[in-house]
Amino acid sequence: MKRVNDIFGKDLKVLNIGLEQFCADLKEQDVTAIQMDWRPPSGGDKEAADLLSALLG
Amino acid sequence: MDRKLANEEALKRLQDSEPYLVGAGIALDVVPGMKKNLILHAGPPITWDKMCGPMQGAVIGALIYEGMAKDEASARKLAASGEIEFEPNHHHQSVCPMAGIMSASMPVFIMENKKYGNFSYTNMNEGLGKCLRFGAFSDAVVERLHWMTDVMYPLIKEALEMSDGIDWKALVIQSLQMGDDNHNRNRAATALFVKYIGQYLCKVNGDKEKIAKVFEFINGNEHFAINITMAMCKAITDAAHNIPGSTIVTTMSRNGVEFGIRVSGLGDEWFTAPANTPIGLFFPGFTQEDSNPDIGDSCITETTGIGGFAMAAAPAIVQFVGGTYKDAVSYTKEMYEITRAENKNFKIPTFDFRGTPTGIDIVKVLETGILPRINTGMAHKDPGVGQVGAGLVTAPMDCFKKAARYMVEKGLNK
Repeated sequence: MKRVNDIFGKDLKVLNIGLEQFCADLKEQDVTAIQMDWRPPSGGDKEAADLLSALLG
Repeated sequence: MDRKLANEEALKRLQDSEPYLVGAGIALDVVPGMKKNLILHAGPPITWDKMCGPMQGAVIGALIYEGMAKDEASARKLAASGEIEFEPNHHHQSVCPMAGIMSASMPVFIMENKKYGNFSYTNMNEGLGKCLRFGAFSDAVVERLHWMTDVMYPLIKEALEMSDGIDWKALVIQSLQMGDDNHNRNRAATALFVKYIGQYLCKVNGDKEKIAKVFEFINGNEHFAINITMAMCKAITDAAHNIPGSTIVTTMSRNGVEFGIRVSGLGDEWFTAPANTPIGLFFPGFTQEDSNPDIGDSCITETTGIGGFAMAAAPAIVQFVGGTYKDAVSYTKEMYEITRAENKNFKIPTFDFRGTPTGIDIVKVLETGILPRINTGMAHKDPGVGQVGAGLVTAPMDCFKKAARYMVEKGLNK
């Protein structure tokens, strides 16, 4: 727990996954932040994921 | 065949094809299976009663042009009578933009894939705005079609016969270095065509005023080359089709109601879903409300690794289809996620000559959920109006799901 709290005493360096606006807001506040280009497998579409599994056997 | 090996073969064919513009002819004489009562259209199969407004408008115009109907009412009656047959261009080794209507008397360009021996065909581009391919059928539209048939076609045919054919892949490679994506920006490709054909057009036996008018017509239509580039793409993708086990997409096309794909290893089966409506920029007086859903065979360009997949090579295109150059760059980068190759021929100067993303794999589309991005002209949803703008659209996911399901059910993935 203590180690987690240590973070808040340091300069934040943020890797953002998901909504880009969070990254943009942090940058506006002069926080070092980069956006990771990530999306869930099959774009989060379970039917597509199931079909892919069947297709690849 | 093992999927990886099958896809490697498809990718090889997509890249080592040698498409040459070898001539021009009348559709009835040269397009396989063409008949006087047959009208070819864009996209997957569709019947007259299901066609969208712009496609019905283009059919009406074609029947008037053919002299089979005298006006809209008689053309509609004939189209609905059962005497006229309708089939996709793709079933006849052909591709045509937007409504994609090709009838028996229309002049067509002939493309030969010299590497694999197959041929493809396309009609000739009329320009922008009020055109048959956007569903317009006014007297002016039909008169222009007759001028193209009676005056322009014989001169271009004779000029092409004097040449050894035009290496169209080389022309597209060059035009990508000159700012064309080769779907909605064709200014450089058209200029290169004029530059090449000009040396022969000057020598044909024709009235100088008529020859000058042909130059003027092509010069005034910066999209003249798109049809020929589409024929190039058709000649390339047909060569990569029918490789058992391959999951590479060899056709994407839309009829204004449905979007359809075909996959190399799945034969001639179409996998369709309702077409999306493009979002983009509109000509004065038109709005998004006026736009018909996605239509045309022209996304054969994206299937081949150019067009929307090469938008980063065409900064100026965003002034026609909307968005920013940053968007164009991100669209092209995103397409590398769903393709299997970086094209050995088609290069993007602003990416330090990285090859364009080529060879859409249904496996990668299902893995990522990323859909092919297409830039396209937009037709008015009502017949008789014409083009309203240009924009961007994606293929529907259901096409790729249906293809995967078919492959599994038929055991074609083993």
